[in-house]
Amino acid sequence: MHIPDGFIDAGTSAGAAVIAAGGVAVAVKKTSKYMDDRRVPLAGLTAAFVFAVQMLNFPVAAGTSGHLLGGVLAAILVGPWAGALCVAVVLVVQAFFADGGITALGLNILDMGFVTALGGYAIFAGLRRVLPNERSSVIVASGIAAGASVVLAALAFFLQFAIGGTVDIPLGSVFAAMVGVHALIGVGEGVITAATVGLVLSVRPDLVYGARDLTTPLELKPRLGAAGGVS
Amino acid sequence: MKRQSSTRLFLFAGLLLAFALVLFVSPFANSNPDGLNRVALDEGFADTETDHSLGDSPLADYEVSGLNNEGISKGLSGVIGILATFALGLALFAFVRRRNESDPTQVREERP
Repeated sequence: MHIPDGFIDAGTSAGAAVIAAGGVAVAVKKTSKYMDDRRVPLAGLTAAFVFAVQMLNFPVAAGTSGHLLGGVLAAILVGPWAGALCVAVVLVVQAFFADGGITALGLNILDMGFVTALGGYAIFAGLRRVLPNERSSVIVASGIAAGASVVLAALAFFLQFAIGGTVDIPLGSVFAAMVGVHALIGVGEGVITAATVGLVLSVRPDLVYGARDLTTPLELKPRLGAAGGVS
Repeated sequence: MKRQSSTRLFLFAGLLLAFALVLFVSPFANSNPDGLNRVALDEGFADTETDHSLGDSPLADYEVSGLNNEGISKGLSGVIGILATFALGLALFAFVRRRNESDPTQVREERP
């Protein structure tokens, strides 16, 4: 879903770049509240992993493919604002692979970074509130939120296209096509996200930001048999 | 201490998995246009795309220029991309961490 240069006019692209830059500044401030030595490499790994999985296009319909966007995955692993930053890092690197336009970088950071990570994480958090408070709920909620986030990103692109599309074509048809195909891609996004979150939960549940309420920090865990220990 | 080594192992395993995915799975990835490009083709705005200013980059289109084998070229470009993303991510989040004023592990300069 990388927007190339030319789809959206220069003014709209520049406006999106300014908003994206502001978003990055806010994300840095929000993330700085809890970023520590342990989380720095994990956030780096999350970005690197999203880069890798974005290369794995899967078929969704005749002659059409899709790939992970990764905003919700990153948001659940490292937090919504940090997740958006992870996707922004991926998009900057991808520019050197000529994937996603240079003038379109702001548009892409908004759609694939902020809309998926923040919007998708809000859905994830809402689902966790209504689902039982257990590990399997985290996996189910991550899959559904990830799937929905792809449609949110498609809607964000549609909005940008409606404002600054460089050709005059019927918008209703573009809307239906964007939502339709991205609902299909969302299924793949949901499966990959749920599988990855499930994998991390099974080996290191304490590293999953979106499940931090389910684990207690090691330092606070009483050791068995240590109660009233030797003094 | 045990947790620290386990976190290192987790990082190592995560990067290894990412490398394995781009080296061994990405050559078999579907090469059809993605959702947005499909819509652009069907709805008639695909030709508004302009040339990418980094289209001549040695890594353009996930190919390492000079390598003829398509699969190896793509896989290697992925490895380079993973390392670049990891490095840029570390740099950004290390910068973010330095702004974390509440972190008790933060080593601060003593003010006179």
